[in-house]
Order: sequence, then structure tokens, then C-alpha cells
Amino acid sequence: MLLFLARRAILAVLVCLTVLVVSFALTRLSGDIAVSIAGPNATSADVDVIRRNYGFDRPLPVQFLDWATRAARGDFGESYIYHVKVADLINKRLPITLTLGLTGLTIALIVSLPLGILAAMREASLVDRLIGLVALLGQAMPGFWLGLVLIIVFGLQLQWLPISGLDSWDGYILPGIVLAFSAIPSLTRLTRAGMIDALASDYIRTARAKGLSRASIVLKHALRNAAMPVVSIASVQLGFMLGGSIITETIFALHGVGYLAWESILKNDFPVVQAVVLILASIFILLTLLADLANAALDPRLRAQ
Amino acid sequence: MIRLPSGKHIATGVGAGIVAIVSLVAIFAPLLAPQDPFVQNLNARLIVPAWMDGGSPAHWLGTDQLGRDYLSRLIHGARISMLIGVLVTIISGLIGITLGVLAGYFGGKTDDAVMFVITTRLSIPLILVALTVVALVGSSFMVVILTLGLLLWVQFAVVARTTTMQVRNLDYIAAAQASGASRVHVLLREVLPNILTPLVVVATLEIALAILLEAALSFLGLGVPPPWPSWGLMIAEGKDFMFFSPWIIMVPGVALFVLVLGINLLGDGLRDLFGTGRTQ
Repeated sequence: MLLFLARRAILAVLVCLTVLVVSFALTRLSGDIAVSIAGPNATSADVDVIRRNYGFDRPLPVQFLDWATRAARGDFGESYIYHVKVADLINKRLPITLTLGLTGLTIALIVSLPLGILAAMREASLVDRLIGLVALLGQAMPGFWLGLVLIIVFGLQLQWLPISGLDSWDGYILPGIVLAFSAIPSLTRLTRAGMIDALASDYIRTARAKGLSRASIVLKHALRNAAMPVVSIASVQLGFMLGGSIITETIFALHGVGYLAWESILKNDFPVVQAVVLILASIFILLTLLADLANAALDPRLRAQ
Repeated sequence: MIRLPSGKHIATGVGAGIVAIVSLVAIFAPLLAPQDPFVQNLNARLIVPAWMDGGSPAHWLGTDQLGRDYLSRLIHGARISMLIGVLVTIISGLIGITLGVLAGYFGGKTDDAVMFVITTRLSIPLILVALTVVALVGSSFMVVILTLGLLLWVQFAVVARTTTMQVRNLDYIAAAQASGASRVHVLLREVLPNILTPLVVVATLEIALAILLEAALSFLGLGVPPPWPSWGLMIAEGKDFMFFSPWIIMVPGVALFVLVLGINLLGDGLRDLFGTGRTQ
């Protein structure tokens, strides 16, 4: 068990270090970063000043080590546009993105768990096929387009929900639905597959033989075993949702880190872009690590490996 | 005994039909488009589709905010989607299959290294990194294709690795090795042909994913540059007019949805046909 934990943790740290290199290298793709910051109307003297002030005249490895050691302490430098600390900018906006991601995950689970269970209980029936079709439709839905359609239908025509901004909690509902759509197909299929396996197993036959009620068998006995892979995929999906929130936040004008990243990309605000890539990747690594640990805790067979 | 077509077969047929039609439209776009998709006519802006009040038979799907014929743009847009979907999948397939086969065949340290690369790639937020790259390098067809191709190979690698592990220990591989075939020969002539069918399924699903991602990048203004009629870009450009002319985002959106659905239906059908397991 300890060996398993240690190996997982070391792998996570190594991946983190690689992501650190990647997010640094990413912003150096443009060639001369000082020219990008100076803008199109700058003279070569301006560019030289910027190069010296920001330390771009130093060798790349030195720049990287300087940035990485600061980043490891939570200091991501200063935004070129807002002239405030990047860490402060992100601290203010991360709660919005996290709330949005959790809203999306909650909606996805509320939809896909019952659908998956229902499809498994009526395997190969018309209901099962219809649920499979729903999952396929969800998979083909372009998220950004769904967002716009929801804005037209629920915001403009029915006027039930706010279409942009976050004046109250219900501003999270439409963007949450858009994010949930990306996770519903895989979560539904996984729940269905897990439940079909569980319902066919010996302990369910025993439970049936004991005369337990159908609800008790399905919800207490089968679901508990089917839930394990769902838990781990759900945490991975949450990670994907946080990364994908950039589109949703742009459409609904939610000022989370996704929106911040989009603005920063358009304005060449590299310290912010680097920091957002690094933080979203770190959250993803942490979530997958937690999922592995949860699985190991639930499944003794994994621990033995 | 004659078996009636099941729901599965109908679904696969529908998917194949959609893919075939869109492919033909993409190939013959210049012949099919009634007008030039780039010609603006500021006197004929935002004309509604022909079946609505005030529509004109000259523009079946109406015109956009610059008076360009919407049907012609939609038809040429199919070209962009299909081309990007296929080219991205070729690049990501080459990368992913190479990594996966090497990891599956050699195992040990090679496998560890490949698994590490896969884990790292999965942890990097896809859209964010793609947007940053396109913004820094400049948006063009080639940049979008290369960026997505370099990012989307994970599924190929995972499936190629697993299937290579399954065939690695089979008798005919041992026979080839014993007869003195080189490693390259074994990998290319013995392993690769035998893991090809599940990879075809992955390829169809990757084409669908690449098409969706291109549309999303173009929608955010960092994909295919204007005035190209990418469906994602058409939705982005129509966004400002969607409150008064909702059809302007419905037309390209529905096209995108139907195409991706068709490809996925076909991919699922192929998977059932080949009897390969579902990969998540």
C-alpha cells in the first residue's frame, strides 16, 4: 500500500515538473517575447528596454530556473496588463471557476447516474437504446453552440435565467449545464456498464435469493460496486471541465480563470497564461492522484500491485 | 434465415450516410455552392432563409451580416471541417500509434516513458494550450492542424499500446522473430496490420473530436482566420446578431452537430462490427 502511494506521488511530482517546463516553453514559442510585449508600434530601443527590464536578455535556462523557483513558492510575477500580482488575480477568480466546475459535475451526476442505472436495469430494451442515443447526441453537441442556444431559449425567449455575469447564484446554472454536457455521455455509459457487471454477479443473486427488495438490491448493493470507476472518472472529468471552462466562461461572461486566460492570451499577458496553465494542470494532477488513492482505498486488489 | 436490420445497423447506416454526403459536399464544394462564399453584398445583409417570411429563393439559407450567401459558406465550410478533421487525425495517428506500439512491444522502461508522456499530456489543459500556441504563432490552417495533431494523439497511443501487448506474445510474432525478421519488420509487417481495426475506430472518433475542437478554436477567434467559412467562425460571427436572427447560429451549429453525430454513429457501428471493446 505504502509502495503504491509512494509511486503514485513520485509520478505526480515528475508530471508537475514536466508541466512546469512545458508552460514556460509555451510562451517562448513566439520567438522574441519582448517584441510581442512591446507591441507593433514600438521602436527597437523600446524593445531593448523591455528586454532588460523583464530579464529576457539572460540565458533561457537562467530565466526558467528563476521563474520556476518563484512559481513553486506561489509567486507568478506581475501581470503585464493589470500591473498587479498574477497570484492575486488568480486567487480572486479561481473560486468562480471551481464553483462552475463543481456545478457542472453535480448536474452531470444528477443526470447520468439515474440514466445509467435505468439503462442497466432494462438492458437491451427500448429504454436502454434511447439512453444510449441521448449519450451519443450529447457527445456530438458542440459546447459553445449549446451555450448560445441556451442563452436564446432560456435567457431571451423564456427569460427564466440570466444570460451573462454573476449577479446571483442562478448565473451558474446555464454555464453549468453546458459543462455538464461534456461529461454526461461517458459518465452514463460507465454507470451502465458498471451496473450491468454488478447486477450479474453472485452476491446480487444471493441478495435476490434472500428476498431483498429490488430497490435495496440495486441502490445498496449493486450501485456501491458500480460507483468505483464512476468516482475516478468523475474526478478526471472535473479536471477536464476546469480546463474546458475557458469556452463556457467566455460565452457567459463569467470572470473566472478561463476568461482571464482568454483575455491574457489575446493581450500577450504571458505571466498570467503561464500561471493559469500551470495551476489548471496541477489541479488535474491532484484530482487524478486523489482518484487513484480513493480507488486503492476501496479496492484491495489495487493495493497489492 | 433472414434477419431484419436492428436499431444498431440502422444507426450505423445513418452515420455512414451522413459522413458520405458531407464528404461528397466537401469534395465538390466549388461545383455545388450556388454562389461565391466570399463575395459580400452590403445591400443584402441578414436575409432570412427561403422558408421564412421575407426569405428569397436566391438565398436558400439566407445571407450573413456581410451579405454573403449562407448556403455557399456552409458548403465550403464542410471542406474546412473534413480537411482539418482528417489531417489532424493523420498527424495524431502517426504520433500516437508509434508511441503506443513501441510501448506495447518493448514494455519495461520504454513503456514507463510512454506512459509518463501520456500522463503529462493528459494533465495539460487542451484548449488553453492550443489557444496559446495559435495566438503566439499566428492563426492559419497549418498552425491549427499541427497544433491539434500534436495534442490529440493520446487515444491512439493508449489503444495501440494495449492491443500491441495482446498480440506481442502470439505465435506468429514468435515465428517471425525466430525466422530472423528485423524488429522494424516485425513491428510494421506483423504487429501493425493486426492492431489496425481498433485503430480505425479510434480514428473515426478522433476526426469527430478534431472537427469539434477546430470549431471551438475558430469560435474563440484563434482558429481558422476570416474570411474562411469555418462553421465555428460562422457561429462566432453570427453571435452578435443571434437575438434578432437566431437562424444565423442555428444553421452552422446544426451542420456541425449532425456531422459529428454521423461520424460517432459510424465509429460506434464499426466498433460493434469489429467486436473491439469500448475504450474510454
